[in-house]
Amino acid sequence: MLVFLPVSLEEAFDAFEQCPDAHFLAGGTDFMVEVNFALRRPPAVVCLRRVEELQGWRVEGSEVVLGAGITYTELLAPRLGELLPGLAQASRTVGSPQIRNAGTVGGNLGTASPAGDSLPVLAALDAKIVVASKHGRRSLELADLIVGPKRTTLAPGEVIVEVRVPAALGSQQFLKVGTRNAMVIAVANVALVADWAGRSVRCALGSVGPVVIRAREAEEFISARIDWEGRTPPSDGDLAEFTALVRSAARPIDDHRSTADYRRHSVGVCAERALGRVFSGDNREASERTSWAS
Amino acid sequence: MSTVLDKLRGRLGQSAPRPDGVPKVRGQFAFSSDMFAEGMLWGHMLRSPHPAAAIRSIDVSQALLIPGVRAVITSDDVPGRKTYGLDYPDQPVFAWDVVRFMGEPVAAVAADHPDTARRAAAAIVVDYAPTEPMTDPAAAVDAAPIHPLGNVLHRQWVRCGDPEAVGAVVVEGRYETAMQDQAQMGPESGLAIPGEDGGVDLYIATQWLHIDQEQMAACLALPLEKVRLHLAGVGGAFGAREDLSMQVQICMLALRTGRPVKMVYSREESFLGHVHRHPAVMWYRHHADRDGRLVKVEARIILDGGAYLSTSTAVTMNASCMAPGPYLVHNAVVEAVAVRTNNPPCGAMRGFGSVQACFAHEAQMDKLAAALGMDPVELRLRNVLKQGDSLITGQVLRGTAPVADVIRTCAAAPLPTGGPQTAAELELPGGAGRTAERTRVRRGVGFAVSVKNLMYGGGFDDYSSARCRLEDGVATITCAAVEVGQGFVTLAQQIAREVLGVADVILAPPGTADIGSAGSTSASRQTWMSGGAVQKACFAVRERLFSCTATKYGVSAETLAILDGRVVSLDGQIDIPVFEAAGGEVLEETVEFHHEPTAELDQNGQGDAFVSFAFAAHRAVVDVDLDLGLVRVVDITTSQDVGRVLNPVQLVGQLEGGIAQGVGLAVMEEIVLDHGRVRNPSFTDYVIPTALDMPPVHIAALIEEPEPGSPMGAKGAGEPPMISSVAAVVAAIRNATGLELPRAPVRPQDIALAGASRGPTLASSPNNVEVSQ
Repeated sequence: MLVFLPVSLEEAFDAFEQCPDAHFLAGGTDFMVEVNFALRRPPAVVCLRRVEELQGWRVEGSEVVLGAGITYTELLAPRLGELLPGLAQASRTVGSPQIRNAGTVGGNLGTASPAGDSLPVLAALDAKIVVASKHGRRSLELADLIVGPKRTTLAPGEVIVEVRVPAALGSQQFLKVGTRNAMVIAVANVALVADWAGRSVRCALGSVGPVVIRAREAEEFISARIDWEGRTPPSDGDLAEFTALVRSAARPIDDHRSTADYRRHSVGVCAERALGRVFSGDNREASERTSWAS
Repeated sequence: MSTVLDKLRGRLGQSAPRPDGVPKVRGQFAFSSDMFAEGMLWGHMLRSPHPAAAIRSIDVSQALLIPGVRAVITSDDVPGRKTYGLDYPDQPVFAWDVVRFMGEPVAAVAADHPDTARRAAAAIVVDYAPTEPMTDPAAAVDAAPIHPLGNVLHRQWVRCGDPEAVGAVVVEGRYETAMQDQAQMGPESGLAIPGEDGGVDLYIATQWLHIDQEQMAACLALPLEKVRLHLAGVGGAFGAREDLSMQVQICMLALRTGRPVKMVYSREESFLGHVHRHPAVMWYRHHADRDGRLVKVEARIILDGGAYLSTSTAVTMNASCMAPGPYLVHNAVVEAVAVRTNNPPCGAMRGFGSVQACFAHEAQMDKLAAALGMDPVELRLRNVLKQGDSLITGQVLRGTAPVADVIRTCAAAPLPTGGPQTAAELELPGGAGRTAERTRVRRGVGFAVSVKNLMYGGGFDDYSSARCRLEDGVATITCAAVEVGQGFVTLAQQIAREVLGVADVILAPPGTADIGSAGSTSASRQTWMSGGAVQKACFAVRERLFSCTATKYGVSAETLAILDGRVVSLDGQIDIPVFEAAGGEVLEETVEFHHEPTAELDQNGQGDAFVSFAFAAHRAVVDVDLDLGLVRVVDITTSQDVGRVLNPVQLVGQLEGGIAQGVGLAVMEEIVLDHGRVRNPSFTDYVIPTALDMPPVHIAALIEEPEPGSPMGAKGAGEPPMISSVAAVVAAIRNATGLELPRAPVRPQDIALAGASRGPTLASSPNNVEVSQ
């Protein structure tokens, strides 16, 4: 197996041109498992960790621009965690500290697993994903990048370069249900963003369909019912309707991790709780910032 | 002198440090998968992808053409008996004509590189005709046999007293436990080296070297002495290494190629390549009088044995004999049946039949307490077994039976303070997923008690062999007892220091060549059995040491003793270091230690089949998210009947480790099967507790009543922690939710989707001890 260690995007593209069967490696927390299980034996691998353009993050106007190589551990760091609290919450649920040190947002997007933990948050934030190849750059929505379980619209040789998301947008929540209390693949997860300025609630569901699902009807319903001025919690009836709409948006399956019925049930519970937390003053944020990093 | 005294601190009763502890923590310990031999080949097994299929043909020609492939073998190449098995050889070394479970070996390859071996295995063409797998154990009892020996692996009746007896209060239940995996960290691995004499040396991680040797010799058609086993570093066992895994196949490859052959299972292969805990379906009916005294217990237990016999007979015996739990029952009708199916073979795992029965009998005791309106702890106390009582097998309990003590001390321990309202967010149910809403989290408490028979019984002549050699004040212990992490290597040193007063104790590498069998490292038996053998050997050497000294100084040997590394006489005239006392002579003794004989059970399950029993109580506190069905086990408090504490730190390790496996079975661990196919053969999907799932363990009491017949007074302590902890955790979840929850593990959907049945019972929480804070 040929291994390329480019330090720039240009070098990465060159490597791919030299070896068009190469696989891009961005963390390897899924990919290497498949290699170890002999499910995959790529003739060549282009490792992206050293690529300068994929590192770090910056603020541009009201946007945070994340290099695709940013790790979950980096997303948990205090400053970035404050700008992107939903992503920080999601990052804390990913694997173990070792996995969080290795796994990247770009890798999560490229793998396109229905259970990818960062994906619902990116969907709820209306993230723009920038991809690039020798032939140029393009920017696309999550739904246009990930089109099926482990299926993306990335062209051969295209690399996920950066992810652009709004900074400190409204209130953000992420809840993940798994079969144990840590280090577990999601049975269901929910990201919810309440955009106070934009007067909209956005809610994305993971692990309950082939791709991340935006619960649009539920979003529209509750966005119209919320008292945005007074910030009073929605009525029980509205909450119930919102929960029901979230459940009806899910398209879960039975598998060895859970059942479709439970997944549908639990995204409802999580969405309801997420919305509740948005209105509960949510002083948990400050108290737990330290625990994310633990 | 002070250094000698320091070393002597690792005597019996003290927390002697493990000789393998530091190397294991530092990553310097050589596990079986770390072995290497010059010129070695790599073996790989081809396994059936089908749970049931006829084999029409096997074509290995393409595999042999791959460069670097040195041998491909199938059933046709097995030189001796084509089957093996611990009790009866019904399991093929390689399947022929038919495969009976997914993962059954069909062929094996040796090649220069592990990847080549893997590719070659994939190039073997097996023409399967898949058939409908028989996967329902209840249906399998009367279904067409899937093996010439039939589908009923073993049926055990236990009948005592009056089968028509009736109690004033009757409770019934149907309970289920799932297929649990031992999830030992070290995958199966071994290294076979062909010998010049036509024999073979096998370095292997196993639980019982000599029983492997016996089975292998028959399959390899070699005399016993040409099959030499050496223990390689064992990365955990818990029952998974009792059956043969690759032993015969890699030796065949080594003998065929004339080169060393190494094989290491992948994690997935490990899940497919070793036995699991028998899933059980159990119907119970308890009769009691109005005062809560048990009148009769009826039980029918069906154990899924999977495709082959393994240890199903003994598991069935345990489940049936322990069916009522640690309670006095005069009338009982119990039937336990282990059934052959096309599911993965089931065999030994920590707790061995008692785990399943305990889950059911403890749920029944809670039901009975609710029906009687009685405190569940009080109900148990009214029924406990005591020394002199009879089991339902008619066996009189002659050993210690401090059941009431374990219950009282465990129940009296303070409950953890705080609750879901004040717990740190990570410690709420759902943990890092931050799903919990404190107002929807309910705390519950559950209590359970267990009994486990120790050591092999049922008429089996269980023994261990050991040798002690004392030379220049250094003791060398030779014993084939396998260290799987339980701490025998530490204990053997402690015993030698205690008996001989020496500081330095060397343990010879365990193998089959230099010493007789030590029996299995299982059934909570090695402390008693091999500990007993080592102690007996050390006593024999000490006797000779005393007699040397007595002759030399003209005193009576009876007046001599060992104190702080010195041989001393009671009158104070003799006081010399141990290494001087032998006067340059090498003292060596080899002994066998047998436990008291046991009897086979008769057709009504009557007989003195067991040697000794250990009892434990567990109290679990859980927090449950009522809407999501997620559980956080908050605390486990336990008391255990241990006879005597020989190494406090290691004992705590056994209790904590067993409880971790118990928590696992209670809330998450399960091999998920779909028509005989294992759906989760990985640590991604076969989840075991993490640090966030494992509660603190509080030991309320270690009951030290020395057990008569036990060489050091100790009872095996490895299994009880795993038995009642499962029942206690599920009882606590019942207490929190008011749900019946008849199945372990409790899955989130079992709670969250229980729906309407929850409402009315929630407040009353009838099942368990009251939560008072």
